[in-house]
Amino acid sequence: MLQIEDLQVKLGDKEILKHIDLEILPGETHILFGPNGSGKTSLLMTIMGYPQYRVTGGKILFKEEDITHMSVDERARLGIGMSYQRPPTIHGVKTRQMIEICAKEEVDVEALAKKVNFSEFLKRDVNEGFSGGEIKRSELLQLMAQDADLFLFDEPESGVDLENIVLIGNTISELLQRDFRVDSEKTQKERHRERTKMGLIITHTGFILDYVTADKGQVLFDGVLTCTTHPREIFRCISRVGYEECIRCAA
Amino acid sequence: MRGLDEMALRAKDKTAKLGPDIDLDAYGSEPVPHGYVEDLDVLSEADKERMILAGVDAEETERSGTYVQKDTSVIHSHSRQEGLEVIPIKEALKQYGWVRDYYWKLVDVDADKYTARAQLDLHNGYVIRALPGSKVIYPVQACMYMEKEGLSQNVHNIIIAEEGSELHIITGCATAAHLQRGLHVGVSEFYVRKDAKLSFTMIHYWAEEMMVRARSAGIVEEGGLFLNNYICMKPVRSLQMYPTTHLAGKGAVARFYNLLVGSPGSQMDVGGRIYLKEPDTRAEIISRAITNGGNIIARGDLVGEVPGVKAHLECQGLILNGGSIHAIPELEGMIDGVEMSHEAAVGKIAQDEILYLMSRGLSEDEASATIVRGFLSVDIPGLPTQLKAEIDRAVQQSDKDMMM
Repeated sequence: MLQIEDLQVKLGDKEILKHIDLEILPGETHILFGPNGSGKTSLLMTIMGYPQYRVTGGKILFKEEDITHMSVDERARLGIGMSYQRPPTIHGVKTRQMIEICAKEEVDVEALAKKVNFSEFLKRDVNEGFSGGEIKRSELLQLMAQDADLFLFDEPESGVDLENIVLIGNTISELLQRDFRVDSEKTQKERHRERTKMGLIITHTGFILDYVTADKGQVLFDGVLTCTTHPREIFRCISRVGYEECIRCAA
Repeated sequence: MRGLDEMALRAKDKTAKLGPDIDLDAYGSEPVPHGYVEDLDVLSEADKERMILAGVDAEETERSGTYVQKDTSVIHSHSRQEGLEVIPIKEALKQYGWVRDYYWKLVDVDADKYTARAQLDLHNGYVIRALPGSKVIYPVQACMYMEKEGLSQNVHNIIIAEEGSELHIITGCATAAHLQRGLHVGVSEFYVRKDAKLSFTMIHYWAEEMMVRARSAGIVEEGGLFLNNYICMKPVRSLQMYPTTHLAGKGAVARFYNLLVGSPGSQMDVGGRIYLKEPDTRAEIISRAITNGGNIIARGDLVGEVPGVKAHLECQGLILNGGSIHAIPELEGMIDGVEMSHEAAVGKIAQDEILYLMSRGLSEDEASATIVRGFLSVDIPGLPTQLKAEIDRAVQQSDKDMMM
């Protein structure tokens, strides 16, 4: 379980997250909405432990451990994984090597790469000259190897062409144990009950909702979580009237 | 010969343009006799180990020829493949008239006091030649080994890839583990004939008080390819070299890759200059320098003399833990129609890269090490796998030292 209590965060001198409370139970996936600059990425980066996001109040618990001041790598080892929107290029480090770094134990890199149609990129430097969609597939591939328990996705569908959005959506579903498997010995109901993976997905367009089911939607507005309800409902509201309504709610 | 001696004598006190001046009299130059060995296996384990660090394998696995010089004496020299010649230069100068056509033809004997010394007090060196059309499958290895404290080792090497041949050389310069202080003066002349391919990979493994002055030049004829890799990741007091290459035939290509790690107390001044004298010639100089306390000057100079040439220069430096890096990239386009570019950057390891790797589970130290290793790992097209492996090993080794 991820439990965020009264979290306050500063980036430089600016207060960017104000008294955030959020709880993601095992097996739950939440969608995070919000206009540009509302603090969505900051929230993910804070959960991941990026030191420039300075926690000035409140705490973050993960698997009942207080991780508020844990380093990034400790959080990764504890089971938090993040898919970045614009990850840095690491020269001289091949994507294959990166996948091996992500995996705690030996993995079949080829097989994983095949799943996201990424085999030909394994010999390329990580993120070097990747297009938007290629970055997303590379990030997913890393997360597949990392096998985290809480997945943070920063706009997984941005810059992805229509052909690949299905692939990306389905892969996220699978990571979050939300894929449909009629061939499974277990019924969908059993699989649902046994679901443990948690997800927090930032979306701008909402397209991802066509492929990934989610339990809750959250709207972050100016550093404040303004509402928590069904993600489809939020999406419909935003599609109709934009974030105007959120301003009213936040007021 | 007399003419060369006279010229050298006149230059014997001539200070070099680059690098701190060295008092040559402070180093002994008397011959140090070591017996010739038929089988390198008889060398001491300690010596073999040091040689291996510089890429020279006493077992000669996957090597097509070997030259080993210890201090001033040749202790082993032979070719294992037809079409390949490996001859000590003193012997070659005595026995083969043709060597004169290559000796001091690219490097000026009176360039400075170091070239003068290599003429006036030559200990030895090698001539390695691939005969026309011959493909040397495995690399030839050459080792300049120094054991005698305070010695000035003066060598002259000539490397020839005749028309249509392919030749790969790995040359390791290393010092015995106990050696502290010494001077290595090395002259090298490279000839890449029409449509020939030469790769020359030099790994230096010096000692903390070593002084090194290398003087080398090469010529590449029509359709020829010259790959020159230089790796120095170990302490050295002062190292200075600025090899020059002339692309003298249509379509000739030269690529230089320099990987440098500057330890505290080390001064490195390493560059490369390539003249593009004919149409369709291509040149590339890539230099990666890391300092963790040493001072590095990374130079590069590309000179485009005719239209239709392409040249690129890349100098990248990382300052990890003190020290300095001075990147001096130069481009000289002499005429319309040249395409030349350079990029230079000196900085530190980017924090976002470290955090990115940490978020995949690596500790901060592991993340830094991974980035540094990546920084030093350049893809060198056309290099045989054995040599790639040697470079990778040198990088891994240095990386262990740096992260201590």
